[in-house]
Amino acid sequence: MSEPRKSGVEDRLYANEIRPDKVSHIEITDGERCLECVAKPCTTACPAGTYTLDSAGERIIINFDNCLECGACRSVCPFSVIEWKNPMGGMGICYRYG
Amino acid sequence: MNDFDAIVVGAGPSGVSAALTMARGGMNVVLLERGPYPGSKNLMGGVLYTDVLSRLIPDFIEKGAPLERHVAEKRWSLLSSDSASTAAFKNTKWDKPPFNHSHTVLRARFDKWFAAQAEGEGVELVCGVVVDGMIKEEGRVVGVRTRTGEGTDAAEGELRAPVVVLCEGANALLAENEGLKPPASSDDCAIGVKEVIKLGEDTIAERFNLEGRQGVAWEFIGAATGGLPGAGFIYTNHDTISVGIVAYLGEMKEDGSTPYDLLDTFKAHPAVRPLVRGGEVLEYGAHLIPESGVGRLPMRVKDGLMSVGDAAGLISSGPRHEGSNYAMASGVMAGETALEAHESGDYTVSGLSGYNKAVEGSFIWKGIERYSQWPGFLKQNPQLFSGWPEALAEMTASTLEVDNYATGEAEDKLMELFNRRIGVLPFAMTALQLRNSLKIFGYGKTDKLLEYISRNW
Repeated sequence: MSEPRKSGVEDRLYANEIRPDKVSHIEITDGERCLECVAKPCTTACPAGTYTLDSAGERIIINFDNCLECGACRSVCPFSVIEWKNPMGGMGICYRYG
Repeated sequence: MNDFDAIVVGAGPSGVSAALTMARGGMNVVLLERGPYPGSKNLMGGVLYTDVLSRLIPDFIEKGAPLERHVAEKRWSLLSSDSASTAAFKNTKWDKPPFNHSHTVLRARFDKWFAAQAEGEGVELVCGVVVDGMIKEEGRVVGVRTRTGEGTDAAEGELRAPVVVLCEGANALLAENEGLKPPASSDDCAIGVKEVIKLGEDTIAERFNLEGRQGVAWEFIGAATGGLPGAGFIYTNHDTISVGIVAYLGEMKEDGSTPYDLLDTFKAHPAVRPLVRGGEVLEYGAHLIPESGVGRLPMRVKDGLMSVGDAAGLISSGPRHEGSNYAMASGVMAGETALEAHESGDYTVSGLSGYNKAVEGSFIWKGIERYSQWPGFLKQNPQLFSGWPEALAEMTASTLEVDNYATGEAEDKLMELFNRRIGVLPFAMTALQLRNSLKIFGYGKTDKLLEYISRNW
């Protein structure tokens, strides 16, 4: 039997209702720290792939529309440089099932 | 000038319970929700234990609470990479009220209904409002700073009340800002990711061996989480199933695994794949579970402020996974304390101390204390998730494989496998730790045990 196709995070998020905010609710307060950060756990622990690496593999790109608003990134960042606010009222992930 | 008698931040189970309790006591309460509707940001496995709900709203079933199925069967599976050992218990006595107080729910639906019940009893529910901070006078919380509107056109506002109840959930930004809770740390939480998969009512009945509104709560340990401490789960809803994994965030971070890859691996396991086959993924979500442990629990009370439910770390880390019922119960306790403060006019820490006492004297505290060592046990025994499930599978297979039946060597092989792969001493040590972490088999009752032994010797 063939392995079922692995669905990437984008495919998954496609099923969700997300009401995109106009501005990012996430900021990295000191991007230089990301250059020092070896493990870059935000890129693996985030369940929504919100944090990806730039083409040089050094800096973090924030895809804030992916965010499921769980808060995992805040607790895994070794330098605590992720400033995470709630998105604007009514915006962001909107679970229909939950 | 107060706008309300109380402000509740967050319309999940704890917020609604607090608001409802205060409104019933005659207080003028506003319930603020940052999502477009209550439940729109909320997610759990999940099974809702409805005992607290049944005290708040005794006729919740007649009132149309959106319950998916009652849990008539519990299953537990130990997964190795290519096998599964399963234990199950089905009880038809749970098919009638009170259904063992266990129902599967989808939180976006349930929370919306629950908040509507509070609205029906006079709570003013306002959605789409973010609370960014507290308004303080002389160090006392006297209201909240609100944010409404869209994108860059935010409208800042203020709402004032002598008491604020924080029910913001596991990602507790406000409780952290107020110093009620230490900054978020990956050692203090687990992460759950899940998919809601549509299978249809008939397929669910056939695949899971169910009749009518019977449901199953099924947990998977071992290869379910790629060797990390945690578990996989499947809960049957009415015409969908909730499929997901939970793992401790600190271990996941160290390991470098990604939650959705772990979920994919779980779904592709030979014991899980046939259960989810052909289903349409309707939604994918994630949520944190605060696993603070009893020693690091947030403070819960400041002048004019109380924190409740997940925001106060009030969940049981134990194998029964209690959280939403603790949220409701602590919400009721905070509501009752607010009513007393409303009566006495004392909203200081001492005026609100009844809430802390109520929590610490309740079943919530017993549950949290009892299972506070459970996460540590799981984290310190990684062999339970990687090595031993494989060893156990090999041992079980060696006793069942046809080639071994006649030879009489099966037992020798079994012992050899046990000694080599597990070992008597590690097994005994782990069993003892398991017993201690669950506080079973006479844990903490040495006197009673000795007495029993001497009487029956």
